[in-house]
Amino acid sequence: MATVQVSLPLPVLPEGWTAEKDFKPIGSLSAANDRNIEPVGHHFLAHARRKRHKRTFSEDDRIQAQANVKKVEDEDDGEISEPEDPLMLQREAKDWKGQDHYAVLGITKYRWRATEDQIKKAHRKKVLKHHPDKKAAKGGTEDDQFFKCIQKATEVLLDPVKRRQFDSVDEAADVEPPSKKDTQKGNFYKLWGKVFEAEGRFSTNQPVPKLGNDKSSKEDVENFYNFWYNFNSWRTFEYLDEDVPDDNENRDQKRHVERKNQNARRKKKTEDTIRLRKLVDDALALDERIKKFRQAEHAQKNKRRLEKEAEQKRLAEEAEKAKAEEARLQAEKEAAEKAEKADSKKAKEAAKNAAKKNKRVIRAAVKDANYFHASGDAPASQIDAALNDADAVIVKLDNEQIAALTAKLNGKKDAAAITQVFKDEVKSLVAAGKAQEGELKSLS
Amino acid sequence: MSEGTGPAQRVAIGISFGNSYSSIAYTTGEGKAEVIANEDGDRQIPSILSYVDGEELHGGQAKSQIVRNAKNTVAYFRDFLGQEFKSIDPTAAHQSAHAVQHESTVAFKIRDTEEEKENEVTVSTITSRLLKRLRQSASDYLGKQVTAAVITVPTNFSDAQKDALNKAAKEAGIEVLQFINEPVAAVLAYDARPDAKLADKIIVVADLGGTRSDVAVIASRGGIYTILATVHDYEVTGLKLDQVLMDYFAKEFLKKNKSATDPREDTRGLAKLKLECEAVKKALSIGSSANFSVESLVGGIDYTATINRTRYDLLGNKLFAAFSRLVLHAVEKAKLDPLDVTEIILAGGNAHTPKVASTVGAAFPETTTVIAPSTNPAAINPSELPVRGAAIQASLIEEFDVEDIEQSTHPMVTVTPHLSQAIGVLCISGDESSGVFHPIVDAETSLPVRRTAIIATPREGGDVLIKLAEGSRHIKVTKPEPKPKKEKAEDDSDDSDEDESDEEEELREKTWKVGKILSEAAIRGVKKGGKVEVQINIGADLGVNAIYREVGGKGGVRGIIQGGKAANGSA
Repeated sequence: MATVQVSLPLPVLPEGWTAEKDFKPIGSLSAANDRNIEPVGHHFLAHARRKRHKRTFSEDDRIQAQANVKKVEDEDDGEISEPEDPLMLQREAKDWKGQDHYAVLGITKYRWRATEDQIKKAHRKKVLKHHPDKKAAKGGTEDDQFFKCIQKATEVLLDPVKRRQFDSVDEAADVEPPSKKDTQKGNFYKLWGKVFEAEGRFSTNQPVPKLGNDKSSKEDVENFYNFWYNFNSWRTFEYLDEDVPDDNENRDQKRHVERKNQNARRKKKTEDTIRLRKLVDDALALDERIKKFRQAEHAQKNKRRLEKEAEQKRLAEEAEKAKAEEARLQAEKEAAEKAEKADSKKAKEAAKNAAKKNKRVIRAAVKDANYFHASGDAPASQIDAALNDADAVIVKLDNEQIAALTAKLNGKKDAAAITQVFKDEVKSLVAAGKAQEGELKSLS
Repeated sequence: MSEGTGPAQRVAIGISFGNSYSSIAYTTGEGKAEVIANEDGDRQIPSILSYVDGEELHGGQAKSQIVRNAKNTVAYFRDFLGQEFKSIDPTAAHQSAHAVQHESTVAFKIRDTEEEKENEVTVSTITSRLLKRLRQSASDYLGKQVTAAVITVPTNFSDAQKDALNKAAKEAGIEVLQFINEPVAAVLAYDARPDAKLADKIIVVADLGGTRSDVAVIASRGGIYTILATVHDYEVTGLKLDQVLMDYFAKEFLKKNKSATDPREDTRGLAKLKLECEAVKKALSIGSSANFSVESLVGGIDYTATINRTRYDLLGNKLFAAFSRLVLHAVEKAKLDPLDVTEIILAGGNAHTPKVASTVGAAFPETTTVIAPSTNPAAINPSELPVRGAAIQASLIEEFDVEDIEQSTHPMVTVTPHLSQAIGVLCISGDESSGVFHPIVDAETSLPVRRTAIIATPREGGDVLIKLAEGSRHIKVTKPEPKPKKEKAEDDSDDSDEDESDEEEELREKTWKVGKILSEAAIRGVKKGGKVEVQINIGADLGVNAIYREVGGKGGVRGIIQGGKAANGSA
């Protein structure tokens, strides 16, 4: 934090100023405004850290400082803290092929993960400790065997080609696949995850997909097993070769050994591939997720089938329903038609009957009106004419008019009134142009 | 890809996504922000996509398509994102594909496939495609797949717009670590330089962009930034500057070719004119004169002309003045005086124009430094400011979990009490009336805060009194004595202009007025020439914890002033 430099001098303490511990609080700060600070920059990050962990400035400073220091220490003691096996210290440098180079350098917890930097550091540490001069100074013998082991180990591990050869056969880095029993306890992912991580070191394709957990997606899981079934390994077995005799010995012998080595390598490589294949098979067989996915797929398929069936059933039902509906409609229609027919027949008959009755009434009325004769018995000609005219009127009128006429005539007994009704009717017929003036003589 | 990447394998860059131009930047191992050039070598990549027979063009190539293939070229669309159709201003996009309504959002009708059919492509799809191109450019440059980014946004970007941008980014395979405000990113770009000193400053970031201008007043207190006020303007823009040049050249062209049609009325002519004017504007920022030359501007007539900077300054004078008014307005809005402003950072492509810097500089007192390429050779390219800030922020938070970032940017953390008054010591005299106030902690400093000051003592040493007090800033305005020359000036008409400006000139000074006295303390027996160190810790509850001691001396005095009130809401 920046320091403010004030060049103006402070005032001299006035005479007689006293306070407890030389400090006297007087006022308090004015109220503050709440504002949003911008979440940007490392000063803000520091602020956020303090606020979230409720630290004060000095606490935060201390914790940050400690965190930084710890990191350095961790790195340091990680490499020296490995105890040295007394048996290993007794090793002869000449059988360097049998030694575990990582153990010699004390970096067994890194092994194939060790970086070049770590190897160099470890080598330096070991050299400082095991240098023959130091042993001599301590009064020991001139035993530099282990020192040579260290040099050899560094030589192998710092040469990428040689290191690969050694890593290929570094059994200490292998993780044994768990037994079926172990995985059934529910720690499949933990146990097999380690196995695959260890095997993954031989992959030419990096990064190697992770085994994941029971929540991994189907795609991830398939991807994982595809990767392992198409595994491309750089593992070689040259490190286990038998020593090839020097040139000056028998040439045939040399070739024989070389051929033997080649064959041995090939054989080991094949064995390794088979071993890995079996390993993946085992894991696949035990993998709960595969089962789960298969079930899900099965369920999906079933679901589809069931859905299809349901759909078909629904369609059939619908068709049936439609058919029934149609039949019902048809029947209804027919019934309606029949009823209508019957109705119209009845109506016609009724109309006919009514007309007949009305005609009868009219004729009776004509009779009542004494065939329109003024008085006394009407002569036959008059009766004929009157009845003919009445019939003509009936013919000229339609049913309703007849009914109306009948209604007018009904209950009328007086001849004059009846005659008048007829005359009116004839008049209206003439007016309507249905009859001609003078056509209905008896009624005019 | 966008989901499962943990902080470990994350490759984060900074993206500044603007209406006219976008840029991308990353932070080198040494913590320096570097702006990435795309395949065409552009560091300022036009935010334009163009489709020719189903092929997608981007950046500069797309920009040149505005002339030939305007209908299938999408430009100036950033501000449409996450907006409803009724609330957008589609003027800027008139020269390219027009915005159409798509449900309630915005879309463009373009032929983006090989088929002879127009598709409605929503603005979020367009954004996602553009971001994909930016990501690709960055990935190609870095040799690693970019998976995350910090994206700058204007301060008035709504949550809906941020959400839309976040979605579009996710579709482009970018995990947005954080949105940061453009002006703050610009400040961060300057503060992250290795030679930058931490100081308490009031900074004005004035961004004269293509389609909008934004001004923000920011209080920078020990590296913590607080935005005090912002002003946005959609009238004073770089496009308007282009327009001024376009009008000028069009008129000149018509003067020379009486019978020709106005190039501004011809679509292609207008597009050509516009592109060339933008180039002329850029050239005038560097050189004092520039060539305008367009082949077949309109009706097959070639046109070449020259313009010098003075002409351009005259033409754009109105806009420059409007811009400096805008800056002053922002300062006013923050309830500050131009004297309070320590720095003005000019950002945006148009800040290259020297006249902009000089006009703004003239509106502020000499104590205010204007940081622009024309005033300060060490200035960072104003177009690159936001993206550099974003890249720096990206490198800072790259290793954090998304949850961690969310928690840290939560209002619980970001809302803090800010001092309303400055706190300082009284020098020279213990009496309030004659003492000189010297601030240690400025107003608008976020709490809690810790500050240290080293103060001189009287020459002969001895016992000293340290008085802590609140102080408020006052602007003392003194009118200069009317000069006797004035009478003479009236008959001297030549001088009248000068006199007028003389008349208005007032001496404005920043002074401190001592407010409430907070505490008194005494250090006894200070050595001759010794100095006193004062450390003030102010908590969020307004409690003050002060430590006084002589520099190099042992012991010292400690005192606590209780917080006046409980902290307002935020603990």
